[in-house]
Amino acid sequence: MLSLRPFAILLSALATMLASGLIAATAFAADLPTLVGSLTTGSFGDRETAITAMAASGEQRAAPILEALAAGQLYVRKSDNLVLIGKPDGNQLSLTEAISGKAAGSGTEADLDRVRVNNRLRGIIEAAIGSLTLMSPDPRVRRGAAEALFKRRDASSLAALDVALAAEKDPRIKQSMNEARAASVLASDAPAAQKIEAIALVRARADRDSLGVLQAVASSATDPEVKAAAAAGADAVRQTLAAWEVAQNIWYGISLGSVLLLAAIGLAITFGTMGVINMAHGEMVMLGAYTTFVVQEIIRTSAPHLFDVSLLIALPLAFVVAGGIGILIERGIIRFLYGRPLDTLLATWGLSLVLQQAVRSIFGSSNREVGAPSWMSGAFQVGQINVTYGRLWIVVFSMIVFVTLILVLRKTPLGLYMRAVTQNRPMASAMGIRTPRVDALTFGLGSGIAGLAGVALSQIDNVSPNLGQGYIIDSFMVVVFGGVGNLFGTLIGALTLGVVNKFLEPYAGAVLGKILVLVFIILFIQRRPRGLFALKGRSVE
Amino acid sequence: MRSTSALLYLSGVTVSFDGFKALNNLSLLIEPGEMRAIIGPNGAGKTTMMDVVTGKTRPDSGEVVFDGRADLTKLDEANIATLGIGRKFQKPTVFENHTVRDNLLLALAGLRKWHRLLLAQPTKSEGQRLAEILSIIRMEEQQHMLGARLSHGQKQWLEIGMLLAQDPKLLLVDEPVAGMTDVETETTAQVLREINKTHSVVVVEHDMSFVRALGVKVTVLHEGSMLAEGTLDQVSADQRVVEVYLGR
Amino acid sequence: MITRFLLQGMDRNLRLFVLLVLAVGVTLPLLNQIVPPGSPFHVPAWLLQLIGKYLSFALLALAVDLVWGFCGILSLGHGAFFALGGYCMGMYLMRQIGSRGVYGNPLLPDFMVFLNYKELPWFWYGFDNFGFAMLMAILVPSLLAFALGWFAFRSRVTGVYLSIITQAMTFALMLAFFRNDMGLGGNNGMTDFKEILGFSVQADSTRAVLCFASAFMLALGLVVSAAIVGSRFGKALTAVRDAESRMRFLGYRVEGYKLFVFVFSAAMAGIAGALYVPQVGIINPSEFSPANSIEAVLWVAVGGRGTLIGPVIGAFIVNFGKTWLTGALPEFWLFALGALFIVVTLLLPKGVVGLWAQIKNRSLAKKARAPV
Repeated sequence: MLSLRPFAILLSALATMLASGLIAATAFAADLPTLVGSLTTGSFGDRETAITAMAASGEQRAAPILEALAAGQLYVRKSDNLVLIGKPDGNQLSLTEAISGKAAGSGTEADLDRVRVNNRLRGIIEAAIGSLTLMSPDPRVRRGAAEALFKRRDASSLAALDVALAAEKDPRIKQSMNEARAASVLASDAPAAQKIEAIALVRARADRDSLGVLQAVASSATDPEVKAAAAAGADAVRQTLAAWEVAQNIWYGISLGSVLLLAAIGLAITFGTMGVINMAHGEMVMLGAYTTFVVQEIIRTSAPHLFDVSLLIALPLAFVVAGGIGILIERGIIRFLYGRPLDTLLATWGLSLVLQQAVRSIFGSSNREVGAPSWMSGAFQVGQINVTYGRLWIVVFSMIVFVTLILVLRKTPLGLYMRAVTQNRPMASAMGIRTPRVDALTFGLGSGIAGLAGVALSQIDNVSPNLGQGYIIDSFMVVVFGGVGNLFGTLIGALTLGVVNKFLEPYAGAVLGKILVLVFIILFIQRRPRGLFALKGRSVE
Repeated sequence: MRSTSALLYLSGVTVSFDGFKALNNLSLLIEPGEMRAIIGPNGAGKTTMMDVVTGKTRPDSGEVVFDGRADLTKLDEANIATLGIGRKFQKPTVFENHTVRDNLLLALAGLRKWHRLLLAQPTKSEGQRLAEILSIIRMEEQQHMLGARLSHGQKQWLEIGMLLAQDPKLLLVDEPVAGMTDVETETTAQVLREINKTHSVVVVEHDMSFVRALGVKVTVLHEGSMLAEGTLDQVSADQRVVEVYLGR
Repeated sequence: MITRFLLQGMDRNLRLFVLLVLAVGVTLPLLNQIVPPGSPFHVPAWLLQLIGKYLSFALLALAVDLVWGFCGILSLGHGAFFALGGYCMGMYLMRQIGSRGVYGNPLLPDFMVFLNYKELPWFWYGFDNFGFAMLMAILVPSLLAFALGWFAFRSRVTGVYLSIITQAMTFALMLAFFRNDMGLGGNNGMTDFKEILGFSVQADSTRAVLCFASAFMLALGLVVSAAIVGSRFGKALTAVRDAESRMRFLGYRVEGYKLFVFVFSAAMAGIAGALYVPQVGIINPSEFSPANSIEAVLWVAVGGRGTLIGPVIGAFIVNFGKTWLTGALPEFWLFALGALFIVVTLLLPKGVVGLWAQIKNRSLAKKARAPV
């Protein structure tokens, strides 16, 4: 099948030239060297003919030559009239032979004549490259060419598209080519019926580029029917796009919400179930992030092949580091302050200052580089939504942490003791539960989860001593908004605030959006001081 | 809202916390000048009933009318207190960082608005009233002592003094003799009877000997509703009351 | 009537303390102005500026103590009221620069010219008048406190929740003031002041007067606060702090008490901010940072909450320590500050004043026990 392609291209070239009215009989049988020769010597008119013929030749070697020509990198050496492609390399140009692609040393502009192009030629070159690549054996190149032609919407590419369509087997590429063809039809002087058919095809594509095509047709078409169809199509596409935008915002919102959830969920334990207000919670997150940094440093120097699992190694370590420090804090400071929430607030704030300064003294105050493993980099498209792997993993991770925590609270002895102690401390104590130990472990659990959050946040935020401070107010807002003592409330609260924030951003800007959310929560707490999902009852006072 | 001659009128009051009905269609009538004892096992809704009357808890449904005209479900604690309902808590709560005299001064009926208090100067009649109350509760000696330094019994007395100072039409008293000796219990019963000469009183109590000493009409609450009403002997004879208290 | 009101809360100690504050406020400026430089008794201008700054901090601390120590409202947003007062003063000082700015625009401050403002935003009108600006320095924080308090106290937001709300408030304001389109100088804030009431802000004599003014306002703040705390209102206020619901059942409308003292305290913080800005010569959005507000709370905790002398002493001790340490051992300052928070809450809940009272009691007891 592939062997038939050059033949088909000849036909297409013929069609192209007939369509554009540029017939140069001599170019027909000409081979690539001849064509390249006439490219460099003739008038602009001759060059145009040569370019068209090169497109018609179907020679894959022609594509780089045309690209170089468009970029102004095609030269003729004065000494031997050899046609060369020169890529800038310092002050020199590194040269390759245009036709054979062999290296030809280097030279300066003084030894060379640049083959000049004008704007009209540039347009023709682009179209030529488009039709050349349409026939490329690489399907990705073919698809890219079709997309490029769709955006160009030039009637002159119609013939090349028809030929390529006839040869194309891949249905997805075929679809792209059909769309490109429709766009080209709309730019041509085809009859209205054909154009309306093309509009339907472009409309079905429903993305930003098709909106551009339809809008252009709606404003420029002379036929009223075509005009109306294009306008209706543009409206429909606009609606679809708006829906996609909503979906994209929801995704961004969920992504932000999962970050908030990670930061807040540890706090939901310490503040929500123990009633301990820990202003150093953000610093537990920060410690988790620095643990990740240290793990990666060690891996970089001693076991680089483990880099892709560095985060998995960091997770348990961060949990242990932050949880251990949390237990120390509970035993050393907080247990003396039970029943004095405002004093707890002040003491833990002081603690957060000490931790920040300690990290600053050890690691310096500048941002530390934490790398992303390969499985967390990159992105993919779902419809019109752009999803990065990093964000996706953070959403997944936050859900895993959330579910695990719920299971720990519901199914393990620690969870049972914790619930017992929160509900009735004297009774739990009377039944032989060592309440001080449960307090320490609960606080350690909350802090450890903050450490886990730090591992995730090291991927999307600057790892600096101030990392935690940015999250502490947000975390409290989430916990209070969702309803203190209710983990599902925290989940809903985090996701709601994330989504609301992202929906406000386009209208109000990031900073004003954040301010509006804060004001909203301040007002909300006044209306419902106990949050969205408040526990009701006599014991709540 | 219907008008009634009763001082306190509860009809069909229901309060639920997360599905659990603390009060279930409770109705209750207290006549002016009456003293009523309310008994019932733990969780019968005694304290919730007081919370509803004093405005701390809003009922889900039902009517609560005071003095034949005021709809208590619409008012907050401060309003209800100003109307003339006083409350004594189970655990004595006095202002620990204030002297006995200042505690009474704060409770004294009259000035409540913040801007009036800024410039308020002690008046002669206030001084007389304070002296009277101090002598009734026999605390003239301790009047400059801080609330925090009083003994448990002294705090109870101070609180009764504060109620007298507040001079309410209706007094709600929550377990006044919890943790008291028999002698103290007897004295407290006497004081309540004395107070009842000029005020209506509702007493919530567990202690049957105390209720007997009061010798008043008794209402038995169970699972948020009224189970029986009458003299202590009548309700003690009621089969359902025996079941609730003694188990089946 | 007014004098009786003002004197009702003054005990002997406080009277002496107010006189001491006034004495400092008179003596130091005089020693700067009258004693020639070179004499060992000459007070240099930088010291005047430093003491003046501490005095304005002390007024802020007093404001925090009034709501926290006497009413139990731990405000983590008083730095916002302070900064708002400071911004009002800053706006006045900016308009006094007139055409002496870099761009020489007679009406628009430099940053507006830089940001292509065509005309003065509406909220800048009137700030060329000193009286109006000072009125705003009191009114703006008061109104914000009123709005926040009115909602919060009515819906019975108390304790830690209220603290977090006030912190969120100052955080939101900080974000807002960092924006250039607020028309208030963006993240650079306002600086390069030239004149206040026609006197150069750099002149020693102006510094002397500002130092005295700070001492005077602090003394006045102490007297008025003492009057409020010593009145029957004050008794009710501390009763609200100790047992809020008991007060409700006694028929007190607790919201009114809290709201009055919160607004009054915000106004005091605003005045402190207005005194602070001309002495340090700059006001920018970082004054709104939550850390500043909570540091002011520490001054109160160190000095002794619930006393009137305590916050003044605390503000001086902590800020003296800060000035000294950030100069001598900058790395160590945050450690010291953090440790101070922990030590004071764990070991010294009544602060320095409480410690002093304890020592005095102990020595009295020892004297009593000693054989005569």
